[in-house]
Amino acid sequence: MLDDFLVRAALAGIGVALAAAPLGCFVVWRRMAYFGDATAHAAVLGVAVSLVLSTSILAGVLVVSLVMAGTVSSLSDRGHAMDTLLGVMAHSALALGLVAVSFVHGVRIDLMAYLFGDILAVGKADLAVIWAGAALVLGLMGRRWSGLLTATLNTDLAHASGVAPEREQMILVLSLAVVVAVALKVVGVLLITALLIIPAAAARPFSRTPEAMVLIAAALGTAATTGGLQAAYWLDTPTGPTIVSVAAGLFALSSLAGRIKASTRSAAADGDR
Amino acid sequence: MTLLAIKDLDIALGGRLVLEDIHLRVEPGEIVTIVGPNGSGKTTLLRSIIGSLRPSRGRIDKAPGLTIGYVPQRLHLDATLPMTVSRFMGLPRRRSARPVEQVLERAGAGGLGGRQMSALSGGQFQRVLLARALLESPDLLILDEATQGLDHRGSADFYRELEPLRRELGCGVLMVSHELHVVMRSSDRVVCLNRSICCEGTPERVTASPAYLAMFGMDARDAVALYRHEHDSRPVPLEMTS
Repeated sequence: MLDDFLVRAALAGIGVALAAAPLGCFVVWRRMAYFGDATAHAAVLGVAVSLVLSTSILAGVLVVSLVMAGTVSSLSDRGHAMDTLLGVMAHSALALGLVAVSFVHGVRIDLMAYLFGDILAVGKADLAVIWAGAALVLGLMGRRWSGLLTATLNTDLAHASGVAPEREQMILVLSLAVVVAVALKVVGVLLITALLIIPAAAARPFSRTPEAMVLIAAALGTAATTGGLQAAYWLDTPTGPTIVSVAAGLFALSSLAGRIKASTRSAAADGDR
Repeated sequence: MTLLAIKDLDIALGGRLVLEDIHLRVEPGEIVTIVGPNGSGKTTLLRSIIGSLRPSRGRIDKAPGLTIGYVPQRLHLDATLPMTVSRFMGLPRRRSARPVEQVLERAGAGGLGGRQMSALSGGQFQRVLLARALLESPDLLILDEATQGLDHRGSADFYRELEPLRRELGCGVLMVSHELHVVMRSSDRVVCLNRSICCEGTPERVTASPAYLAMFGMDARDAVALYRHEHDSRPVPLEMTS
């Protein structure tokens, strides 16, 4: 079954979608979208570094993304003009990475595969890495769930309950670097943040609790990756962007449904009066 | 045993000394109120007690195994975060439904368990925060401007309930408020803070002290008298004739 490239692609997409669901929810709740961008874009630099040092791409991406995420995280603790600073870092990381890759001679690399992903080329070894990474992230999130959630609500409240918000932030940073490293092959650096935040945002209107939002985001993410894969196959379009387009379509539908739900509820409330 | 003992505490924020040479003790069953003008370091002091800020000098000793119930000044809930009241009550430790309902009832937020936090009124929100703090059966309850956003009557009701609560739980209460008139009555001890502690004692003593009067003006002198009076004969609310 794993010999079929479409099956491998679907399994890779589902693995990434599952890991992205809880992390994506935290990225949305904590307003870390640029943080995700900076970490993901640094991955190109990681690719360049590993080509120069001829180490494995995975290791290079993981290390550089982790360094970037750590830097951004420590800067954000100072808490001034974060939006601008993160924007600067996210796009500088991408630009620097692209420049660095151009210096690497002798190795012909398919830059597009790193920018937009190459899910159809996922091999059995890639699949193992993706699922190991996903399992790691899901395990971390599951173990630390309550602490992460409390720290996200309010850092003082967390301190008073004996939860250390700095440690929870580190766990998110680590998970983000892992998701970037394993999602690189699936959607590419430019669209990783999209895969994190779009399913989570689409899940919001139908969720009453944080846990429900994660489960719905996981379902929507899975639907977007498998649906996008299918659509890309039929339409002969690039797979990564097609997956994100399907996710965007789901988000549009969910926003519309959320609107309708809200307006019928307020109409019902008016009727009660 | 003393719940909390602060000695020689200095706190610097961004290189600026915000609190200087603070000494403070809170005993079990005692209600201590910190008053002071804006920027006097009241919230900073509470945040250092719960462990959010590190002292730059001095020490904060807590009784071994002390549980703190903390009600923050304001809790901003991001609109993207769905959260029912009962789920909120179970953070960071899940609780079974029964005690959660009871404590919500006790804090005056009964029957709100299924509501979204974002759908609560200001008063309901503060009561839910109080309920969550009570859920841990705290030895020390820390309230930071817990009645912000409530009207005068709402906050008077809120503070009036502290006394029976303290008796029931046997906990100490440390709170910050600038509603002098309202909190004076429910406090055993008042601490006047303006970067360092400038006076301290029973509400009657503090309101008569020159440091307090210099800080809040002569009007504040009546804070106790007014409330001792109102306590004896509670004003009858005006009935609307409709």
